[in-house]
Amino acid sequence: MAKFKGAIVVDTEKCKGCGLCVVACPTKVIELARDVNGKGYHYAHMANADACIGCSSCGLVCPDTVITVYRVKAS
Amino acid sequence: MTATTEINKIISKENLVYGKTSVLLDNEMHYCPGCTHGVIHKVIAEVIDEMGIQDKTIGVSPVGCSVLAYNYIDIDWQQAAHGRAPALATATSRLMPEKYVFTYQGDGDLASIGCAEIIHACNRGENIVVFFVNNAIYGMTGGQMAPTTLEGQVTATTPYGRDCKVTGFPMKITEMIAMLPGTRFVTRQSAETPGAVRKLKKAAQKAFENTRENKGLSFIEIVGTCSSGWKLSPVKSNEWMKENMFPYYPLGTLKDE
Repeated sequence: MAKFKGAIVVDTEKCKGCGLCVVACPTKVIELARDVNGKGYHYAHMANADACIGCSSCGLVCPDTVITVYRVKAS
Repeated sequence: MTATTEINKIISKENLVYGKTSVLLDNEMHYCPGCTHGVIHKVIAEVIDEMGIQDKTIGVSPVGCSVLAYNYIDIDWQQAAHGRAPALATATSRLMPEKYVFTYQGDGDLASIGCAEIIHACNRGENIVVFFVNNAIYGMTGGQMAPTTLEGQVTATTPYGRDCKVTGFPMKITEMIAMLPGTRFVTRQSAETPGAVRKLKKAAQKAFENTRENKGLSFIEIVGTCSSGWKLSPVKSNEWMKENMFPYYPLGTLKDE
């Protein structure tokens, strides 16, 4: 059981679907959505939310700074 | 408790660990998906925010994709003629020595047309910070060969790969700069993994601290990608960069006095 539990919020309209966060995520939480946003990009979203540990790796590598990361201690 | 309500509980202000800094404006960046410029802008904005120097920092933007950097970082900016950012930064820092002056230049700007400017600014040891983004190509104009293009690399102007017999060798600007006595801190970083971004941030912080202590010129090269110019996906571009650019442009600090 992970010590921390995390969640991310993606600004889907600003996301350009580059996929760098998908590669950077150590727990494979993020995937690119099948849907597209207003610009036609497959935006990133939390596909496997339970595995998120709130490490901020996705936020650090995101070139458009669209990811906000939250974290709490696991109960 | 269902998964959604649990996530909604986590998403609240007191649990925030990473978000956009207020120094970075809300404007949508015009860069291509996966462009390293976005990460570097973010790192610079975060360092400026953490050091509390937003109203004391002046950036000089180059000619190239990052010419519009003033739309994204909320500080004072100037825009220099192609390659002349170090000259403008020299004037600014000499006239306003209490300000933090930095230039932000690409390889087409700094290594090609602005080669003389940067070398003399470094030799004079001006009290500025230079961010040099090296992606081995001219990005904005459509992927032509730059001085830093690797041997054999296919670009719009070298469709059969760069032939060093005709066009010379890829230029190791940072190594040249490190030899000059005027520079204090010369380093080469990248921004493709979370660890690399953290290292880059530390380097940027050190560079601005050098300016505060009037120590002289700090030079940070960032090996980056240009997925549009290289005709690869952002993720593949990072792999190509690791395989091909890092052996020729090894990461690390060359000089720290």
